[in-house]
Amino acid sequence: MSETSLTSGQTRTPLALRFPSVLVFLAMLALFTLGVTILSEGFGIGVISTSFVKTLGKTLCLCLVALAMDLVWGYCGILSLGHMAFFGLGGYAIGMWLMYERTRLIVVDSLAASELPPTAQEISDGIATQIFGVVGASEFPPVWAFAHSLPIQLAFVVLIPGLLAFVFGWLAFRSRVTGVYLSILTQAMTLALSLYLFQNDSGLRGNNGLSGLQNLPGLDAVPQATVSLWFFWGSAFALGAGYLLCAWIVSGKFGSVIRAIRDDEARVRFLGYPVEAFKLFIFTLTAVIAGIAGALYYPQAGIINPTEIAPIASIYLAVWVAIGGRGRLYGAVIGAAFVSLLSTWFTGGQAPDINLGFYTIQWVNWWTVLLGLSFVAVTLFAPKGIGGLVDIIADRTSPNRHGADLGPDPGALREKEADK
Amino acid sequence: MSTLLEVSGVSVSFDGFKAINNLSFQIGAQELRAVIGPNGAGKTTFMDIITSKTRPDEGRISYGDKGLSLLSMSESRIAQAGIGRKFQRPTVFEDQSVADNLMMALRKARGPLRVLMFRPTPADHDRIAELAGEIGLSGMLHRKSGELSHGQKQWLEIGMLLAQEPRLLLVDEPAAGMTPAEREHTTDILREAARTRAVVVVEHDMEFVRRLGCKVTVLHEGSVLAEGSIDHVTKNEKVIDVYLGR
Ligand SMILES: Nc1ncnc2c1ncn2[C@@H]1O[C@H](COP(=O)(O)OP(=O)(O)OP(=O)(O)O)[C@@H](O)[C@H]1O
Ligand SMILES: [Mg+2]
Repeated sequence: MSETSLTSGQTRTPLALRFPSVLVFLAMLALFTLGVTILSEGFGIGVISTSFVKTLGKTLCLCLVALAMDLVWGYCGILSLGHMAFFGLGGYAIGMWLMYERTRLIVVDSLAASELPPTAQEISDGIATQIFGVVGASEFPPVWAFAHSLPIQLAFVVLIPGLLAFVFGWLAFRSRVTGVYLSILTQAMTLALSLYLFQNDSGLRGNNGLSGLQNLPGLDAVPQATVSLWFFWGSAFALGAGYLLCAWIVSGKFGSVIRAIRDDEARVRFLGYPVEAFKLFIFTLTAVIAGIAGALYYPQAGIINPTEIAPIASIYLAVWVAIGGRGRLYGAVIGAAFVSLLSTWFTGGQAPDINLGFYTIQWVNWWTVLLGLSFVAVTLFAPKGIGGLVDIIADRTSPNRHGADLGPDPGALREKEADK
Repeated sequence: MSTLLEVSGVSVSFDGFKAINNLSFQIGAQELRAVIGPNGAGKTTFMDIITSKTRPDEGRISYGDKGLSLLSMSESRIAQAGIGRKFQRPTVFEDQSVADNLMMALRKARGPLRVLMFRPTPADHDRIAELAGEIGLSGMLHRKSGELSHGQKQWLEIGMLLAQEPRLLLVDEPAAGMTPAEREHTTDILREAARTRAVVVVEHDMEFVRRLGCKVTVLHEGSVLAEGSIDHVTKNEKVIDVYLGR
């Protein structure tokens, strides 16, 4: 994102023109979507398999959550290592309805054969037994109270991550928890959540999680080749809309303020900005974006379980953004797409093993090591990530004047001394 | 002349070391005041206390016509109440352009939603251009402020301070890193600003203080050693001992 500022006369220029990268991004996304559609099995010539369409659709969702991560970390400086919890919660929220409704249709179907028309209680019991049999329960836990209602569960996709982020953020930011401590707290949050969900009596089927999410209730006749494209389009649309929203947020004075908070939050306070309120706003907003991304991701994955919310997932998210280049929106998208697709390739067993004679490097095991090393290398040698290449191409480097004298007179401090 | 800020009996200690010791200080609504004192006298800490960066152990600070107590207010509330501060070390947002820095400082609503909806008007741009002219950065509006020299960063910070239109300016060593001509310009700006508001300037450079031509407060070991005109304090035996005589 080129952060050129506004001059008089440019006030009314549309966002897209002030930020050509937004236009370029949206155009590329549209082309990509069109290309995949044409090559797909569902609507096109069938060069790309349905499962690969799903992989691409999921990747778009990961790009969206990476965008959220970039906003909260790259722009606002809050290294949240818990945003995949919000992503997972979004997935659970939509997954509950998908699972409930599909099971209900099956149960109603099977009970229709009986002589007496089934009572509502019988249907409900039937659904509960179907869903919770694996965890040895046959009653609906309270959290499923609204699982029958698509609108309510859709609202939960944004409300639950948003509310959790708001409460967590309010507590953390109000006590001025920052830096490493905040990162650790967010890790603790996502760990606690996943441990809780692992329990069978959490009401969300413990480690079994929710499954069969790829089947849309009542649309059994529609082949997966088609459904996969619906979700692919939905994901592409969400990513495009998310990108526009983020670009709008970071383009104006609000963007200025959050980048200033990232660089020197104390100074921002002395300008009169309520730093905590800004952080809370961004933290909550990005949690909502993550929830939406998750709600689009898991129907394509077909299954969600508490492993998805494990602390490591959020760490990966930070790694993607770091490798892609934080502090620029397209960097986050590039990082998430590049690393997650590469990861699919390596861990899927497609990457050729390397035989060193005395040892064979099997990528399925060594990929994580490679990823870890790349992360360290990027942090040390290319802090701007892949997105930094754009600066090199566009020749946008700036001189560094750190460490010089504060002033020519003998009483003047060196910058280091004045630092305290 | 009405009193804008009244600090009374303030003390603060860091790990047992009394950095500010029963300090009292007053400044009028349109007054220019220089604060001098040897290194470690507590000048910066004094500003930290007013802006709530450091909480004092005891004492009272009342501000404005209604006698607001600053001690119970957050940094951002204090800034919103009209107290602007320039730090000893120039602290501008280096990753952002000069115009963005000034735009952030402009006196506007500070809440997140209002900021999100904020779009600058032509009048805002004009004001920024005017400020940039005043601080000699007209040609640099679109440069990243990290590319500025230290003197220019000092200027930018002074510009940001003026953009906030505060009622009380706290300026910590504004002249460090400036050429003699620039120093002269700084004194002009500060004197001009003090016609409509209160300005407290911390400075080591005696020539600079002399040119300000205002009442001087000498701090030493966290309390006021002497107060008066520059000629008055420079004749003071104690001041000569601890500061000027060194
Ligand atoms: N946060 C802190 N913790 C511990 N000691 C501190 C802290 N802040 C200031 N001090 C000490 O308090 C004393 C006063 O410091 P202060 O920075 O206010 O001095 P100053 O008058 O601004 O000096 P200078 O002319 O060097 O800027 C110093 O001895 C300093 O070491
Ligand atoms: Mg100082």
